[in-house]
Amino acid sequence: MMMKTIMQFLAFIIFSSAVCADEVYDVLLESMTDKNFVTVERLKQDELQAFCSQPRSASADEARAAELRAAALSDVPIPSDQNYLGDWQRGEKVASNGRGLQYSDDPEQENGGNCYACHQLDPAEVAYGNLGPSLSGYGARGQSIAMLQYTWTKLWNTHAYNICSHMPRFGAAGILTEQQLRDVMAFLFDPQSPVNRTQP
Amino acid sequence: MNKGFMRVIFTVLIGLWSVTLLSDTEGVFDQYREMLGDDNPAIFVIFDGEEIWYAPAGPKSVSLEQCDLGLGPGVVEGAYAQLPRYFPDVDRVQDVEARLEYCMTQLQGLTTEQVRGKPYSLRGDLGTELEALVAWIADQSSGLAIAPGQAHAKERATYALGENLFYYRAGPHDFSCATCHEQTGRRIRLQALPNLTTHPGAAEAYSSWPAYRISQGIVRTMGWRMRDCMRQQRMPELIMGSQASVALQTYLAVNGAGASMAAPGLKR
Repeated sequence: MMMKTIMQFLAFIIFSSAVCADEVYDVLLESMTDKNFVTVERLKQDELQAFCSQPRSASADEARAAELRAAALSDVPIPSDQNYLGDWQRGEKVASNGRGLQYSDDPEQENGGNCYACHQLDPAEVAYGNLGPSLSGYGARGQSIAMLQYTWTKLWNTHAYNICSHMPRFGAAGILTEQQLRDVMAFLFDPQSPVNRTQP
Repeated sequence: MNKGFMRVIFTVLIGLWSVTLLSDTEGVFDQYREMLGDDNPAIFVIFDGEEIWYAPAGPKSVSLEQCDLGLGPGVVEGAYAQLPRYFPDVDRVQDVEARLEYCMTQLQGLTTEQVRGKPYSLRGDLGTELEALVAWIADQSSGLAIAPGQAHAKERATYALGENLFYYRAGPHDFSCATCHEQTGRRIRLQALPNLTTHPGAAEAYSSWPAYRISQGIVRTMGWRMRDCMRQQRMPELIMGSQASVALQTYLAVNGAGASMAAPGLKR
């Protein structure tokens, strides 16, 4: 009897939240129109987006969180030529460029990473956001293979380490190319990069 | 002095000013605001809005004087502060833009396509009729407490929907409104971000829209702000007066309820 009540309660919770997510999607679908190259296809959520859209604590379901974290981690590719580091000067441009994938952007231009929107990087750049932590002096955190792999993974799919992070999945979502990611890696790690110059 | 002429002068001056200072920071906008004192270039747009309200228009050639914004036909004073609200005649919750669309189609005989065709200005435009109307209507609630309807079940359901929309992550960047607006003391580059899940943040944001955007020389509405946030989230285009637009504004209005309306505001 008790068991049945609990099961009914659980079924209600699951059912009502499913209805709710569907309702939000339906409302968005009716409230938006395709614009330039951006279509309403984008309104559809994948599993991770659905999991990370809960109004309050997103970590309520620990088992599900662990599952999604593991899935994210297992999908991160090692750079095809085994080389994590590209050209920091090109990486700096990627970090400064905030364009890409908005319907007002030119789809022929390459996407930016818009890193400065949320992170401090070159300490001489004053126009940085603070939604994410400061990454100034990042290269001093270490240059080991483990550190390179960790950072590559964070850029590729941040949820592998930090489920429901606000950061985009730059690699997994195809926002940046592998080469652009290597360049951003160099911007973070290269001792010559302004990210790693001594603070004034 | 001729109003139109003054407006052109103002627009040119502000245009020149914003071009020279485009790369500058919020501090400069503060200086500019200080320089203007109580003056806001939106005053010209408010005048226009009042004229448009009383001017016969549309296939039926009637004015909007019988438009009911929630306090009875033709009552504009105080109406904006109590929006979005439930309207029995349409059996749903509407914001000022959805309501104006209803009045323009019902009273004036315009089609939905005509009203929704180009509700908001593009950069470089001098402003749309909708923007002028909203500026005037909002100005008629200046100083009054934000008091959106929450007595009707559909009003409460709209708030709940708005909250869910606020946290809905989608698109290539996994963004939602919450990405930028659920924390306090954050900024993007140098742009400060209000925490819209709290009363102070929502009150500050909601009370100041519609607003005169100095860098664009146009009055922008809260509906436009919602659309532009969606653009920045890499979403498709949000339809003016749509259920999602109304629900998001309801979420903000209720979170900011009690604060005084101070629109049209003056923003960078």
